[in-house]
This record gives sequence, C-alpha cells and structure tokens, in this order.
Amino acid sequence: MSSILNNNWNNPRQREIKTAMANGAYASLKKVFNMQPVEVTEEVKKSGLRGRGGAGFLTGMKWGFIPKNSKKTVYLINNFDESEPGTFKDRAIVEKDPHRMLEGMIIAAYAIGARTAYIYIRGEYYRQWEILEKAIAEACREGFLGKNILRSGFDLDIYQHRGAGAYICGEETALLSSLEGGRGYPRIKPPFPAIEGAWRCPTIVNNVETLSNLPFIMNNGAAAYRKFGTEKSPGTKLISASGHVNKPGVYEVEMGLPVRTFVEEHLGGVWKGRKLKGVVPGGSSFQVLTAEETSKCCLDFESCAGCGTSLGSGGFYVMDETTCMVKMLQYTAKFYEHESCGQCTPCREGTGWVSQIVRRIEEGHGRQRDLDLLIDVSKNMVNGRTICVFADALALPVISYVTKFRAEFEEHIKLGRCSLQNG
Amino acid sequence: MVKIKIDNQELEVAEGTTVLQAALDNKIDVPYFCWHSKLSIAGNCRMCLVNLKGSPKPVISCRERVREGLEVDTKSPEVKKMQQGVLEFILLNHPLDCPICDQSGECPLQDNYFKFSKFPSRIEDQKIHKPKAVPLGPLVTLDDERCIVCTRCVRFCDEVTGTHELCVTERGGHSTLRTYPGAELKNPYSLCTVDICPVGALTSTDFRFKKRVWFLKSADSICTGCATGCNIKMDWDDQIVYRYRPRENEAVNQCWMCDEGRLTYKFINDKNRVLEPLVKKHGEFQRVGWDEALAFTRKRIPREAHEVSASSCVGVVSAQASCEENTALVKFLQQVSKEPVFLTTKKEIANPSHDDFLIDADKNPNSAFLKVLGKEISYARHFPKEAVVFVLDNLTEAQKKELVDARPKLVVWLASNLWEPSHWADVVLPKPTFAEQDGTFINRQNREQKTNKAFAPRGLARPVGEVLREIRLQT
Ligand SMILES: Cc1cc2nc3c(=O)[nH]c(=O)nc-3n(C[C@H](O)[C@H](O)[C@H](O)COP(=O)(O)O)c2cc1C
Ligand code: SF4
Ligand code: SF4
Ligand code: SF4
Ligand code: FES
Repeated sequence: MSSILNNNWNNPRQREIKTAMANGAYASLKKVFNMQPVEVTEEVKKSGLRGRGGAGFLTGMKWGFIPKNSKKTVYLINNFDESEPGTFKDRAIVEKDPHRMLEGMIIAAYAIGARTAYIYIRGEYYRQWEILEKAIAEACREGFLGKNILRSGFDLDIYQHRGAGAYICGEETALLSSLEGGRGYPRIKPPFPAIEGAWRCPTIVNNVETLSNLPFIMNNGAAAYRKFGTEKSPGTKLISASGHVNKPGVYEVEMGLPVRTFVEEHLGGVWKGRKLKGVVPGGSSFQVLTAEETSKCCLDFESCAGCGTSLGSGGFYVMDETTCMVKMLQYTAKFYEHESCGQCTPCREGTGWVSQIVRRIEEGHGRQRDLDLLIDVSKNMVNGRTICVFADALALPVISYVTKFRAEFEEHIKLGRCSLQNG
Repeated sequence: MVKIKIDNQELEVAEGTTVLQAALDNKIDVPYFCWHSKLSIAGNCRMCLVNLKGSPKPVISCRERVREGLEVDTKSPEVKKMQQGVLEFILLNHPLDCPICDQSGECPLQDNYFKFSKFPSRIEDQKIHKPKAVPLGPLVTLDDERCIVCTRCVRFCDEVTGTHELCVTERGGHSTLRTYPGAELKNPYSLCTVDICPVGALTSTDFRFKKRVWFLKSADSICTGCATGCNIKMDWDDQIVYRYRPRENEAVNQCWMCDEGRLTYKFINDKNRVLEPLVKKHGEFQRVGWDEALAFTRKRIPREAHEVSASSCVGVVSAQASCEENTALVKFLQQVSKEPVFLTTKKEIANPSHDDFLIDADKNPNSAFLKVLGKEISYARHFPKEAVVFVLDNLTEAQKKELVDARPKLVVWLASNLWEPSHWADVVLPKPTFAEQDGTFINRQNREQKTNKAFAPRGLARPVGEVLREIRLQT
C-alpha cells in the first residue's frame, strides 16, 4: 500500500456509503469513541500531521489551543473553499471518496468537543455540494451522524454552507465572517479562531485533505502514518498538477518526492518535448521556481521553504520554455486584484497597482523603471503590513517572477512585446 | 502603570492603553486614520504601523496594548518606509481634489502626507473613478473617490446611533461606500459622520463649497439648540457663522452633536436679524437711531420709580437668553421700580424631538438658570394691566395674546431677530446673538457653560446690559 487517501478512487461506487463501508469507511470510529478526546488529539499530534490548506500548521497543536473547560460551544469547520489558482485536489476527495472526509470530520469534532460542524464549500462547487448532501444524509441514516453516534453518547450534526464565489473566503477568518452572514472580511489575529472563532466561540478550521487523513491515522496509528513522508512532513500530499505536462491531474505522492521525479515520472514530463522553464509547486500564492531550482526541490514543507517557496496547497503548475513570464504574472496579478477584499490599504490599493503595472508592461507600454517599482511596491505590501496574508500572496510571487526572470521582463519592455514569440 | 519606551523615551503609562494612545498622550506623533476614540478598532488603514523590539513583524499601534518593558519604534527608517508606503497606497486612487475639496486645510491625509511622507509621486497609471456628489441622506453628500475606506462612518452608524445605514460594497480598489438598499443616512446625528470622516469624502450638504476652511475663525461656544448645551466650535468669517462642529466634552456631549442643533446657527445670519432700533410710529415700525429709541423708551418709563404702582414695571426673563442678559434685566427693573413683576418665557414647539442620548425636548439652552433665578425673585403667571413691559427674546403665542389684552403702556422688546411682524411691541432694541458677545448658559445637568464672543455685534446691535444701563442712568 503506497497511499493514504486515494486507495478507492477508481471504484466508481465509492461515493455510496455501502461500498465505502465495505472498503473500511467509518471503521475508525469505534476505536475513536473508546478513547478520550485528548487521546485522539495526542495521537494526531504524534502523527505530525500538518494542515493541507496552505500554511502547513501542525493539526494536533492547533486542536490543543481550544480552551479547556470553556463553557462556550465549540465548532469544527471544514474548509472546502478551494479557490487557489492551480489547486483542485479537495474536489477530487469529495468527488471520489466523500465518506473518508466525513469520517475525518467526526474524528476531529470528537477530539475538540464540537457538536456542530460546517463544511464551507466554494459556491461554484454545486455538484460537489450535491454529492456531500447525499453523503451526509447517508451517514445520518447509518447512524454515523446525529444523536448518540454508535451509542457513544457523542452527537454531531454537519451542515454545508455555500460560499458566494470569493477567493478570500477561504482565508479562515474571512470564512468565519462569511459563515456568520457578514461580508467576507478577514479579521485581525489574534485572537485566533481556536480561541475566538465562529460567533466568538472556539473554532477549528481545517482543510478537506487534512481531515481526510484522520481515518488512516486513527485506524493505523501515528507510527504507521509516519512511515510515509519526511520527519517534518509526514504522510502523503495530494498534488493537483496542471500546465505544460503530458499527464495533468490529481496525484497522491509521498512527502519528500523530488519535483523533477514528479514531473518526469508521474506527469509524463513536459509536453511536446519542450524544456522546463519554471514550476509553481504550491499554488499561485507562492513563489515561482526556475527550472534550475526545481532540481533541488522536493515536495514537502521544509524543502519548498528552503527553496524560497511553499508547498502551500499543492497547486502545482508547470511552465514550458515558450511561456511568457510577463503574461504569467499578469494573469496572477489580475486574479489578486479582483479578489482582494479591499479592507486594508496596502492590499486594496497595492494589488490593483501591481496588476496595472504588469498589464502595462505586457501590453508594451512598460518602462525599465517599472521593474524596481514593482519590487518596491510589493515590499510595501508584505510581512504584517496587512490584516491577512492575501497581500503577501501576490507580492511574493511578483518579487519572484521579476527577480528570477528579470532579463525576460527587460526584453519585453524593450521590444514592447513578448520576446518569445516572433512578430 | 507599566514602563515602556517609545523611540527610546521612557514612559510610564496606564495598563491596558494602546501604544497609539500612549504615544499621543505623550505628544509623540504617530499618524492614523481609521482609529477613533469612540469607535471599535478596525485596524484597516494600516497608517499607524510601528515596530516593536524583538518582533519580526510590525504591529498596528491602534490595537497593540502596552505591556511592561515594551520598546516601540515609531521613527526609524524602516517605520518611515512603511508610513510612506501606506500613504502612497492611499493616494494611489485618491483624486487630489484639494483645490475644490471642503476638507482641504483640515485634512489629516494632507497633514500626514506632509508630516510623514513628502515622497514624490511614482504613480503613472490611471486612477479608478467612483461616484461623486452622491446624496446619502438629506444632510450628507458623499464623494466616493475621496473615501479611504476607513469605515469610521460605518462604525458610527453601527455603534453610536445603532441605525446601520452605511456599508461598503464591491471589493478591492473598487470598494464603494453606500447606504444599504432602501436606506437613507438620516439618523439625527448624521452630520457627525462628516466630522469623523478623515478626508473630504463625507461632506455636509449645508456647508459644501461655502467656504475655504482656512478663512474661518473659530470660537469655543455652546449649542443653544436645546437644554443639553453641546460644546461646539463656532466657525465664522466676516460676521457670518458657517458651521458648528462638536467640541469634545466627555461630560456633556462626548464628541458628538445632533443635526438639528448643528443647523441652529442659521438664525445668527438670518435676514430677520434686527440690526437697528425700531420704534412704532402710526402703527408701523420705523428704523431709528439709538438716541431716538432710548429717548422714546425713557419718556414712557415712570419718572419717579417709587411713586409708581407696584405692578407697573414688568420684565420677561427668557430661557433662551444668557444668564448675563437675564440678570441685567432683573437688576435694571429692580432699580427702576420698587416692586417689579417678573414673568418667564421660553421657546415652545409642538412635538419636540428628543432621545435618551443628547437631544432634549426642552429647546431652551438656559432653563436651568430661570430656576436658579426663581429662588431670588418670584415669577408672576399673568401680565398686570397697563404696565411698562420689557421682553427678552420672544414670547409664547399665548403670552402675546395675553399681553395685548392687558393693554400695556409700553412694550420694549430686546431681540436679535424679528421673528414676526410683532404688532405687540412698541420698541425693538436690537441685541447681539450669543455669537457676538460672551455669555453663560446652564444646561440640564446644571453645568455652567461659557459661550465666547466670536465677532462684534452685527449692525447696531448692543448688549442688553449696556442698553439697560444707559436707560437707567438717564431716567
Ligand atoms: C487568501 C487565502 C485563501 C485561502 N484559501 C483556502 C482554501 O480555499 N481552503 C483551505 O483549506 N484553506 C485556505 N486558506 C488557509 C486557511 O486560512 C487556513 O489556514 C486553513 O483552512 C487551515 O486548515 P489546515 O490547518 O487544515 O490547513 C487560505 C488562506 C488564505 C490567506
Ligand atoms: S490583505 Fe487584502 S484580502 Fe486581506 S484583509 Fe487586507 S485587503 Fe482584505
Ligand atoms: S480629502 Fe484631503 S487630500 Fe483628498 S482631496 Fe480633499 S483635501 Fe485633498
Ligand atoms: S466616507 Fe470617510 S469615514 Fe466613511 S469610510 Fe470613507 S473615508 Fe472613512
Ligand atoms: S489607525 Fe491603526 S490601522 Fe488605522
């Protein structure tokens, strides 16, 4: 067995609870309910599981922040807003094996003491919403949700809340504002959601993939989980691969897999026999790697960080030698200009400005001084100058594209067009 | 108290205060826009970013609480760069309407730019255009291009008035301030949003384009719109009052005032101001000089005060007039008459506005003083027949009728405005409004509050005390 999440993905009936159960779904619950909630948290801590939503935060540690003996209601939120350009892996989990995710939610809810859990689902995921509505209904019928689950005395209801199409609502505090019925504005942290989250109650927000790892951990134990991956990034990672490769798709890989191996062996190499130009391994919010840098980079949190980027949410995209990096950056900037919530100054204004400058360069009206301007403006947006890290999620890529492909940007400005295309 | 350092200056500050508050209290200038002492912390403008020793990231000083040993840096090149960065972002899509903007001259954005940036513009791209001159309600007009989305106005309507009219729609650089669908910004304090808007986005429809603010002079005064006596700044130029702005007084009005009171300044400039003494001749008022008006009055006052019957001299004191004016009238009559009769008058309106915040149903600024005065003199309920009557300010409709029926020998009206044809008076002696003389008013909390003279009396108006003294000396 080499995978944790995708074992049953090619079974077309895996969405049905009977099939899922025959394949072991919900089997961990008996064991879980025989443990104390803190023991479940301990086990998850031991597994070293890190969040798959982008930040890679230690899941067990996050759960541990829930105040003990608080009289307040505790909420679990499953972040299924998945809107990062390049990231489409949570969707695969839900489409292929929704019960694994629900089982994970039950485990997490039990551990943190939540009796109500929400799935915050991206508005565009309508079909996936339907799949989950059906799966939740089935799980209720089988007694895995509702009152006194498996006679454990533990109750849990899961509700879906559909977003309205804003990327920022994937940021956990914006998600909370939106869930509460407000405008999707991120909140200033601290307080972190674990202390003051939904309706000012302790709340854990976890990603779909993070939660889907829990059944394996509880069934097989932390030690078995740690057999996968690296010391600091145990387990596997779903990578949604797109771009100029022969076989794009969602892959489950063991943490630590070299990027080059992933491209060559799993993705069938760069398409059309072309050369590799760059890779964004973690989604559009993170720095681009040059072809050279990819040869040193592996798919785990520490290696990506060491290469000056992030494994993020595994939104892996590949650019071949014909790719215009100016255009690439223009697309990226346009997205962030459009999605900035507009709450705080550096991001509200900076995203639009950066996007305008890059668009101007792309369209042939750039000036050489624009490149230093882009870098300086980006530096004015990062590292705590804003309410949430959305601003960094544009500024850091901008700095990386302009610095790493500077000659190409300069050439584009000089010619007034892309140097890679003739005429 | 905890010990902290700001820019290496050792300070002892109260526990629980914010870094920004601590800095401002100690005259250390940290720029800010969205923070307001009476509103929740939004932390959205990012103007107040500072560095803390040992912290890898800057913090917003408006939200960071002081703690023992904290070392704050508000002046280093790194902080300066952040401030310049934020100001540059704010100005990116700002229209720079300064030459025609009402806020110009009292604009924190202008001031902060000059104090903390003075960075030459690097902006070569198109600005985003937004609606201009949008009426948000009867009294407030929005210029959305100037809005810096600090949400002070939104929080004011959510937290102070609880009326929730305003919101921000759209996202990013297109963020737009507006009223909720179907809502209008018409709460009784709507003009306070104009005060707290740090830029010229929210403008007072009344004041809009009336005056460049640097021409305005300002006097500390009191609103005379009701018994609350909100503390104000009275802004004026060339004997014209242009606006009131609330002046902070935690004990009375915090930093707010109501719209109704704010617009009461208009009577000071009104066309109905009496600017010259008037004497009734052949049933018509005619403009005369002071000499003639005073001679006319004097002639009709009983020569030997002691010989006159007790009820023949009447003074009507007013809850609209200042303590000084009322006292002058009382003194005067006590001197010219052995047993003068006093009545009180006040402004009465049907269904007066009121709430449990600032707005009082008593639309008189000095009712409390009449009560104090009532301990020294007793008030009659009715006018005695055929008397000589001195009226301060105005009479109620009922009083006017009764006065006419009492067939007075003479009615001297000391007034600033000729509210109606006033067939009931014989002489009108023009007095200054409270803008044109110092005064004292006692509010509903029995606080004695001073109004300061802003400018010289308009026309030939003369203070009541002075005029009465002159009448007495020559009587
Ligand atoms: C702009 C932005 C967008 C995000 N979008 C998502 C998202 O779509 N899904 C998600 O799981 N996490 C998203 N995150 C991360 C969440 O804030 C949060 O860290 C995550 O849901 C925590 O779950 P985890 O610990 O299981 O990773 C986003 C963060 C930012 C700053
Ligand atoms: S950084 Fe951007 S997305 Fe985040 S709160 Fe500020 S404006 Fe909104
Ligand atoms: S708000 Fe201030 S900076 Fe903006 S146009 Fe008006 S005066 Fe100028
Ligand atoms: S209108 Fe003024 S107070 Fe309101 S958000 Fe804009 S700048 Fe702030
Ligand atoms: S004043 Fe602190 S963020 Fe606006």
